[in-house]
Amino acid sequence: MSSSPPAVSVRGLVKRYGRTTAVDGLDLDLAAGQVLALLGPNGAGKTTTVEVCEGFVTADAGEVRVLGVDPAGAPDTLRARIGVMPQGGGAYPGVRAAEMLRLVAACSAHPLDVGWLSAVLGLDSCARTPYKRLSGGQQQRLALACAVVGRPELVFLDEPTAGMDPQGRRLVWELIGALRRDGVAVLLTTHLMEEAEELADQVVIVDHGRVVAQGSPVALTATTEQQELRFRARAGMDVAGLAAALPAGYGADEPIAGRYVVRGRIDPGVLSTITGWCAEQGALADDVQVARRSLEDVFLELTGRELRS
Amino acid sequence: MTTPPATPPATAGPTFPPGTFSPRPGGGSPGRMLAAQAGTEMRLALRNGEQVLLTLLIPVVLLVGLSTVDVVPLPEPRIAAVAPGVLALAVMSTAFTGQAIALGFDRRYGVVRRLAATALPRWLLVAGRLAAVLGVVALQMVLLGGLAAGLGWRPEPAGLGWALLLVVLGCAAFGALGILLGGTLRAEIVLAVANLVWFLLLVGGGIAIPLDRLPGPLAAAGAVLPSGALAEGLRETLTTGAVPDPGPVLVLLGWTVVAAAVAVRAVRLR
Repeated sequence: MSSSPPAVSVRGLVKRYGRTTAVDGLDLDLAAGQVLALLGPNGAGKTTTVEVCEGFVTADAGEVRVLGVDPAGAPDTLRARIGVMPQGGGAYPGVRAAEMLRLVAACSAHPLDVGWLSAVLGLDSCARTPYKRLSGGQQQRLALACAVVGRPELVFLDEPTAGMDPQGRRLVWELIGALRRDGVAVLLTTHLMEEAEELADQVVIVDHGRVVAQGSPVALTATTEQQELRFRARAGMDVAGLAAALPAGYGADEPIAGRYVVRGRIDPGVLSTITGWCAEQGALADDVQVARRSLEDVFLELTGRELRS
Repeated sequence: MTTPPATPPATAGPTFPPGTFSPRPGGGSPGRMLAAQAGTEMRLALRNGEQVLLTLLIPVVLLVGLSTVDVVPLPEPRIAAVAPGVLALAVMSTAFTGQAIALGFDRRYGVVRRLAATALPRWLLVAGRLAAVLGVVALQMVLLGGLAAGLGWRPEPAGLGWALLLVVLGCAAFGALGILLGGTLRAEIVLAVANLVWFLLLVGGGIAIPLDRLPGPLAAAGAVLPSGALAEGLRETLTTGAVPDPGPVLVLLGWTVVAAAVAVRAVRLR
């Protein structure tokens, strides 16, 4: 083949479990050598989507191509070319970390040096510890090592930093950056906005099995008109009155008692309107902060704030 | 003397030099994958205390106990009836009970899915497990056969080859049943069922007590169970050196085919 096909191409993917629709007409594109973060609350359909791409789950409808291959039709062909880090890892309960990594390495034609990989991922100190006695972070790092040891073209990482300490997370981010630099495509799922913002070329926010937003982190958090100002003041002020005092198109809100948010382009005139309005209410605006929207704000706006099971 | 603390990793230079992960995909050779998986699983089985208790210690105790103490009425020499039963027990312990329990917990810990996500094709995944079972059974045959010989067992040399064939058929039948059980139910339930079945077949399935010493209905049932077929087939051929009856061979083949056919549909990776 002269030009490489996209790493992942998903069109209209549908997957139902009984009466629950886990994935509901999802489209996804990951170009070769890029990093895509699939972001969404629990139960949004992230893991199901990844498992369809890996050939573990068959789709009810839609077209899926991974490295140009149909994962359901030729899983063995595909799996020789991809690396997989399943959610929660996976190893024999009694196996030692180094033993497990050697076994996975033996399944590929040109594996990385197992000793070196164990050392850089901090697995040397637990090389002889049975898997079931490893800490959550150690199990995650072993799972990550297993995903990359075979020098794949495309890596699926399902919540790669769940349960890791900040040092471990930094190391994983560095590794994902190195994968991208060396031309490996990465599809990762995460709850962590910071992770998606830091690593991804493309962020896809999913909820209820559908894509609710996608784009680069910069595009998704674009600041053009979407700045915000946060301040604290006496609880229970009339936010509708504040919005009315501001130019048209501005929004005001009190998401938590005593904490106010004004959305819109924040300039000195708007700032003085806000502080003046507070003074009229006999309140002092405190802890005033102007910020561009974080990816987390975008995420919560799109997926709501209620807890998911 | 205290050793100095390990040197902290050098901070100079990137952790992952450029080109470290440049793709070079491809599956390992089938032979290498099979050897790696079977070798790992065999080591795990021999390192696991409960498995060793089941596959070696209990058979050794029964071999010595049943052949020297008159708890079960047996024709003399007692060892001629006991040794083939213990060899059948060894096969059942490893291929069925040990295998089912290991698979149940392996699924719980996600290893079957983990390995399926590598270049290991599904048939190799199964072949690797069965090769590990055959490896452990070979070790059991040597150790238990040697101990039985030490206790005065003199099997008919002409029957040894047939016995080997029966042992392989027994591994297939019990192995397929073990994969079916361990591959479909929750780990704790697998643990309970696999041990219960092991005990029932040991006592009433023709292993510890030859079928002709059991009450009529139990003997008839035992003959169509894999335990009874394997134990009686081994007793017959190792005592007389004759070709095994078609009965036990067909029973073992039948269990293999049925269990494997159901397993192909029912087994879940996790």
